[in-house]
Formats: sequence, structure tokens, C-alpha cells
Amino acid sequence: MRYLFKTDYRQDTTLWRHRGDLFWYGLLGIVLLAIPFVLSEFYVGELGGVFVFAVAGVGMMLLAGYTGLISLGNAAFLGIGAYTDAILLTHGVPLLVALPVAGLFTGLFGIAIGLPTLRMSGLYLAIATLAFGSIVGTVFQKWDAVTGGFDGFAVPAPDIFGVPIQNATGIYYLSLAVLVIVLWFSANLLRTPLGRAMVAIRDSEISAQSMGIHLARYKTFAFALSAFITGLAGALFAHYVRFLAPDAFDVLLSVQFVTIVFVGGLGSLHGVILGALFVRLLPQFIAIIRDDLPYGIGRMPGLEPSLYGLVLVIVILFEPGGIYGRWIKMKRWFQAYPLKRRTSFRRQKSYARSERLR
Amino acid sequence: MEDAARLLQLVVNGAAAGCIYGLIALGFVLIYKATEMINFAQGDIMMLGGFFAFALIAHFGLNYWVGALIAILLTAAFGFALDAVVLRRVIGQPQFAVVMLTLGLGFIFRAAAGITWGYDSVGFNTPFTNRTINLHGLILGQDNVSIIVGTVLLCGVLYLFFSHTRLGVAMQASSQNQLAAYYMGIPVRTVFSLIWAISAGVAAVAGILLSPVSMIDVNMGFLGIKAFAAAVLGGFGSIPGALVGGVVIGIVEQLAGYFLPAGFQEVTSNVVLLATLILRPQGLFAEIAGKRV
Repeated sequence: MRYLFKTDYRQDTTLWRHRGDLFWYGLLGIVLLAIPFVLSEFYVGELGGVFVFAVAGVGMMLLAGYTGLISLGNAAFLGIGAYTDAILLTHGVPLLVALPVAGLFTGLFGIAIGLPTLRMSGLYLAIATLAFGSIVGTVFQKWDAVTGGFDGFAVPAPDIFGVPIQNATGIYYLSLAVLVIVLWFSANLLRTPLGRAMVAIRDSEISAQSMGIHLARYKTFAFALSAFITGLAGALFAHYVRFLAPDAFDVLLSVQFVTIVFVGGLGSLHGVILGALFVRLLPQFIAIIRDDLPYGIGRMPGLEPSLYGLVLVIVILFEPGGIYGRWIKMKRWFQAYPLKRRTSFRRQKSYARSERLR
Repeated sequence: MEDAARLLQLVVNGAAAGCIYGLIALGFVLIYKATEMINFAQGDIMMLGGFFAFALIAHFGLNYWVGALIAILLTAAFGFALDAVVLRRVIGQPQFAVVMLTLGLGFIFRAAAGITWGYDSVGFNTPFTNRTINLHGLILGQDNVSIIVGTVLLCGVLYLFFSHTRLGVAMQASSQNQLAAYYMGIPVRTVFSLIWAISAGVAAVAGILLSPVSMIDVNMGFLGIKAFAAAVLGGFGSIPGALVGGVVIGIVEQLAGYFLPAGFQEVTSNVVLLATLILRPQGLFAEIAGKRV
């Protein structure tokens, strides 16, 4: 077991807690860079999909896990990002410009939705984003002059400085790069006063307000940032699927994003990756075991959403920390081996907090 | 004259659809007032109520009224159990945990109904199916009229229950102030579970009334999204507000379908919802002052 001694105030805000972290993350980085040379194209493609969803998951995590707001319309943001990126590319805008522009454009939508709804209590945001998502979904379907409607929209293959990105490996490296940048940005953001303010809002709005945090402003910032990152993910998603269908961006996709953060573990960036792995690999897992299931269950329509629902329910009821929380518990158990107490991780007694004035 | 009759018919149809939204919204509001949870599975509970009635009436061949009554009671018992077994555990957790929990439950209900009753639309014979009333040349479907009459009756019963019975007053008390209700000797937990039971029962009534108009199928629960618009328009937390909001949404939707190009009807309720949040976030009937930050 490693004992960390505090010798410097800066230690509280460093990215790496100790050299060991740097070593393991470095090793992980090398493995990730080497994967396309080892695994077959199919698995590389699947991992690329995991990265795309992880980017969207980071957007959701900053909102739900760190600011305590829930959005059920992030699929709409993903869609806006995807269509913006695809349309810009067809007009000959290079990818390195189209990608951030897609994010920024989506962020503007986030501000537009956030400004009116974030003044109200958090539940209104869930309802308003649900409505927003359903409106945007209908717009994608009906506005066929721009989105191609149900005919779909073929996304042109992008290139970076003349290097074309078309096969699974290209998408893999592109999404990996964006994911690393987004994670690095988020980890840094959470060390700044801005990030601390977001966490303070999550833990108690009243105490955050008393500390001088302008609630509406910070919430709107968090929401716009979430939309921005989801827009980036949308642009990657457009290249990942290569063909945009308007009905892909429905409520179920939004629920998948929320599943990512809940199952991975609220309030941790590690959790995003674990959650994205879970959400992307579950359908593959079902496809693999489908033939072994009794007839009917494996081919049941709506099996995936119900499994997501079941997992959500189980996680919320029995392990609110998610996969990452469980991992931390296991680690502590080994570190403190014979000394584990039953009360170590007992959930604190909690009471319903009222939102009413009276 | 032709146009006026057509408009009136649209309004009646809209009001009928709106009553359904209002009934689902009523379920949201009852639960929200009591426990400050929002039940995203309300629409799916309505779907379950419809399927229970289908199973009892079409499958076991019960009389319509008996089958409907048993289905409502079954759904209410289901709501009670749902609160007592699942939702009571998450009190005190962040609110969005409850949102996600009920959303997840909704998905499970949908799959369970799909496994049990299949994914096709089903229906059963009701005394109102395919019959019309002729009022001086104005032809109305009895199914639509039955929805409106049923909603009015149900609201009357609920009003009497909440204002005149011991249990109803205890429910009001627990909704207003939990702690004081405990001190007065009200078993608040049981009362909350009973409120869940009532709201599930109301949803079942909505499902049964709706069945002659549109068939029962697994995805019926998506009506719940429109009911949100009704609840928000009425000011989340006001029972008459939920019903008025529902009727307004229903009528606006019908008129939008008639006057505006295709595609607008589907988004009307959501547009109304967003507009309400922007223009008058406390809703039409603000009972609880919306907490502004």
C-alpha cells in the first residue's frame, strides 16, 4: 500500500496523484495506440464507437455527475452536431474546422434551451429537454431540404491535411484523440474555480448560492458545455455511422447517455469510460449469446431498452456509485485487507430534500 | 355552418384526447405533490392498466364494467407495491436518480407487457365502440363522449374523496407537511403508497377509457410525454390545473392538425410545454410558487 504524504498545497489540484498514476495511464495510452495493429477491423470499429459514446458521456457527466442536472435531450444535441458537421463537410469545409464549429453551434442550442429552463428546479430541465429532444427529432424527419429526411444523409469521408479518414482505424484514432482532449480538458476544468462551483451547485444549491455562486449563470454554462461536448461527439458519430438517419436520435439514445453516467459511476471521469464500454458492448454481448437463449427471448424486440432499464434500476437501488464506485470499494477492501468494517461503505441516512418554498 | 360543425367536432375530439392527457397528468401531480418525485413511468402504468382490462375482458370474458373495475383495482395494487417495494428506497437520493429510476421502470414494464401480450395492437369490445350520438346534426363518437363523461365523474369522486374522507384529508396533510403529519399520527409512508395506488388507478381509468379510441399497444406510454406538457401548463402541483392543461393541449393539438401542415401536430404539445416554461414557468394555476434561482 502506498502512503501519500502532503508536502505541498498544489498536491490537492494535481492531475496525477503520484508517479504510479502516470505509469499506468502511460501504459494504457501505449496499449490504445497499438490496438489497431493487433485486433481485427471489427473490434477496432467497435472500440471507436465506444470512444464516440465516451465523448458524449463526458458531456453528460459534466452535467449530471458534476452539476447535478439531468438532460433527457442529449440525443438531440448529438444529432445537431452530426448534421452540422456533415453539412459543413459537403460544402467543402475541412474537418478540423467543421468539428469545433459543430460543437459550438450545438452549444448555442444548449444556451437557448438552458436560459429559460435553468431558472426553475432541476426536474423542469429533464422535462424541457425531453420535449426539446422530441421536437428536434421531428424536425430532422420533416425538414428534408436540409437533412434529407428519411432518405438519410451520406456523410462525406473527411481528411486531415490530405490524409483521408475513412476506415475504422482512422475513426478510431480520430475519436481517441478527441476523447483524450475532452477528458484532459474536463479534468483540468474540474480543478478550476469554475469546476468547483459546478460541484458546489450539485451538492447544495443553497450553500453554493450563499458562497456567491451565480446559480443560473453556472448552470447555463454547464449545460452549454455539455451541449458543446455532445456536439463534438455528434460530429464523430456522423463519421462513425457514415450515413445519418433521422430516427437515430430518439429518446432511447438520450437514455443510453444517462445510462453511461449512472452505470459508470456518477461524479467520476473514469466512470464515463466504464459506462461507455458497458453501453456499447451490451448489444454485442446480446448478439453473441442470442442463439443460446430460449427462442423468443433472444429475438424479442425491445430487449435492449428493457435491459438498459433493468440495469439502471438495479444500479440506482443497489450501487449508486456505479461500476467505478464498486471498483473503489474493492480496491479499499484489498488495501485495508483484514480491517474491513461492515460500516465502511454503509450508505448515510438521507432525507427527502424539499424543493418547495413552503 | 359546415365549418362550424367541423370545428366543434374537432374541439370535442381534442377535449376527449385532452381528458386522457389530463388524467395522466393528474397522476403526475398527485405523486409530485406528495413525494416531490416525478413518475416518468405514469404512461406505462396506463398501458399496463389497459392491458389488464384487455386480459380480463377479452381473454377471460368478463363483463366490461366488472373487468374494468378489477383492472383498475389491480393497477392500483400494483402502484401501491411499486412504491412500497421500489420507490421508497430512493427517498433522499438526488432527484434525477428518481427520474432515471422511473424511466428504467417504464422500459421494464414495456418489455414485460410485450412478452406477456405481444407487440401488436389489441382492443376489446366496449359499450361505446363504434356508436355515435347525433345532436342536431353534430355527430359525436360515443367513445369520445365516454372519455369526457368518465373524466368528469372520476374528478368528482376524487374531489369528494380528498375533501370529505378521513383518508383524503390525511393525504392532503401529508402532502403539505410531512413532519406535522407524522406528529398528528398519520402513517405517512402508507399514505404515500396509497397516493401511488390512486395515481396508478387513475392511469388505469385513462387506459381503459382510451381503448375504444385508439387500440392498446405497448408504446401507448409515450402519451406520458404529452401529459407532461399538460402538467406543466397547469402548474405542476395543481390538480384542476392538470386537467385544464390537458384539455387545452388536446384541443390545440387537434386544431394544429387541422390548420397547420403535416408534422406540426406531433410537436404541438412540446412547443406548448417549452413556451410555458419560457413565458409563464409557474403555469396557469400556480399553487406552489415555483422556486426561482
